[in-house]
Amino acid sequence: MTAAVRSGQRSKLPMGYGRKKLTKEEGLKLYRQLLLARLCEEKIREEYFNDEMKTPVHLGIGGEAIAVGVCHCLAPGTRTFGTYRNHTLYLTKSGDVDGFFAELYGRATGPGKGKAGSMHLMNPQKGLVATSAVVATTVPLAVGDALAQSYLKTGAMSVAFFGDGAVEEGAFWESLNFACLKRLPVLFVCEDNDLAIHTARAQRRGFASLRNTVATYDCHAAEGDGASVTNVIRLTRQVMGRMAKDPKPGFIRLAYFRFLEHVGPREDFDAGYRPRPPEQLLRKMDPVVRFEKELVPLGLRERDLAPIRAELKALIDAGVAKAKAAPFPQAAELTTDVYV
Amino acid sequence: MPESAISMMRYRDALSLAVRREMERDPKVFVFGLDVPDHKKIFGSTKGLLEQFGGQRCFGTPLSEDAMTGVALGAALAGLRPVHVHIRVDFMLLAMNQIANMISNLAYMSAGSLKIPLVLRAVIGRGWGQSAQHSKSLHSIFAHIPGLKVVMPTSPQDAYSLTRAAIRDDNPVIILEHRWLYDIEGEVNEAKVVPLGEALVRRQGRDATVVATSWMNIEAMKAAEVLAKRGVELEVVDARSIAPLDENTILQSVEKTQRCLVADYDWTYCGFSAELSALIHQCCFGSLKLPVERLGFAPVPCPTTRPLENLFYPSAVSIIRSVERMLSLSETDLAGEQFYSYEQKFKGPF
Repeated sequence: MTAAVRSGQRSKLPMGYGRKKLTKEEGLKLYRQLLLARLCEEKIREEYFNDEMKTPVHLGIGGEAIAVGVCHCLAPGTRTFGTYRNHTLYLTKSGDVDGFFAELYGRATGPGKGKAGSMHLMNPQKGLVATSAVVATTVPLAVGDALAQSYLKTGAMSVAFFGDGAVEEGAFWESLNFACLKRLPVLFVCEDNDLAIHTARAQRRGFASLRNTVATYDCHAAEGDGASVTNVIRLTRQVMGRMAKDPKPGFIRLAYFRFLEHVGPREDFDAGYRPRPPEQLLRKMDPVVRFEKELVPLGLRERDLAPIRAELKALIDAGVAKAKAAPFPQAAELTTDVYV
Repeated sequence: MPESAISMMRYRDALSLAVRREMERDPKVFVFGLDVPDHKKIFGSTKGLLEQFGGQRCFGTPLSEDAMTGVALGAALAGLRPVHVHIRVDFMLLAMNQIANMISNLAYMSAGSLKIPLVLRAVIGRGWGQSAQHSKSLHSIFAHIPGLKVVMPTSPQDAYSLTRAAIRDDNPVIILEHRWLYDIEGEVNEAKVVPLGEALVRRQGRDATVVATSWMNIEAMKAAEVLAKRGVELEVVDARSIAPLDENTILQSVEKTQRCLVADYDWTYCGFSAELSALIHQCCFGSLKLPVERLGFAPVPCPTTRPLENLFYPSAVSIIRSVERMLSLSETDLAGEQFYSYEQKFKGPF
């Protein structure tokens, strides 16, 4: 049994359940995680045009509060499953900036020795068990993980992160049905940016409300604004609290705005499928800007945050430099790891 | 029954015994799938498991192959050892996304840090009138994908030993079980280990090698028995493991006999027989007396009606006729011979 599973035994109730307000320390930790994801992706945007990072990148700018907020509520080591838009989840779960850039640069020092790339960043030891570039494929894996936690009586739960496009796949509903049937400890987190690549929800969906439709299954369902870290935490704790009292799966739909193109480092408001929102609205939908405002009542201001920004930038620059200096995998690596 | 016991049993009972022994040995092993716990128990191959281990370790599922395969993968990644059973291999096609995009890839993409101790058992082949959606083998398709192991046990002993080896392996293993083999009786030594990746010479012979898969071994043994009456000695090699493939055993046999017929239980085009043929030509080119011959399914969807179904499947007769052509022999008079059919299946002992 992995350490991650064992660690789940320690905490049967979600961390911080019942507490309303963030502490100053929590605020700083969350800001650091949020900003790390943002600055890493901003760095990718700068570096990508040098054409050394030869992996398609699905950037999550605008959606960082979801993984950061949800993971804050989870017991350490909770096993999570993600998508190809996984950078925030990877960085939040692992904190591994060097490995992150090494993998993006295809180096032997990456967590997948360069075999994985951006779309398959994983760190099973730290609780990001698997990510996938095929929509909805990791949703049943989280359910299977929850089945294992229940089977092994660890008391741990499992978390599936997926986009709103995933709910058009049969595997999502098959997974939800089975999880509800078996009352498994799994939390479904829908990262809803209203787009499946370039197609808006209105062109894809034959029902009105995802939350309400999911709620007809025997589970705890909620939804809300995913651009605010504090709101994500509030909703996650609420659902996890209900799961702890009445063991059934949980579901949260968290809405966010995808600032960039589906894949690649650019904005694409000129592509014609969606208008550029007014600046004021863009700022409102930006999780970093939002959280900086949410930190003010905790007594945290620019003078507290500026050093974090500087420290993270240095960390990221060092990570990129190390990645660029690292070796590519040897040719012999081609045929390793097909089987364990 | 102690582990060292040797007894006669049917293939179906060997399968359930193997799973039972692994479930007794390791509490992380569980078995599930559509129809697994019902009264028919997947043609008897999951018999007794629900009663002995309870509903948490032996359970049925909704009709959700894709998600259930993902659930099995998720459970395997969390350290359990799931055995997911499909009453027809054809239904695994609904799960190909998980099989070919996830299960086969995760060890590689995680640079070896993810282990997938997952077994997918599926019933293949022929009943009567099974038509085109309940009759495939698919081992060529599965074995084509790196990261999957694929075995096809023929005898009760292999059904027992390979199932145990598959459950203990830390990689995904697909076990394909021909439905007609379920009735075969044979000796099973509970202590006998058969590693994945080993072929078996089922009959020694000097004149030609027949490499066979699954039920075709039964047909090949029958063909060898018939041809032996006129002094033709076939060597029958059971490939047993499609991936990884035991190249040495097969190539050694062909080096000896210098003639080879691949009798596969699948379509020939882009199939396992084509792969074997390429391998043998490449490695035994100088020794071969003539090109490798291949037998497999007719290149059509499986027809329902018996006369056409009989033409669809290769058989002992088609093996005999192929070997006669390869050895420039006249056609053997088969009038007095009894061949296998649905009504008259080989039952062993094997």
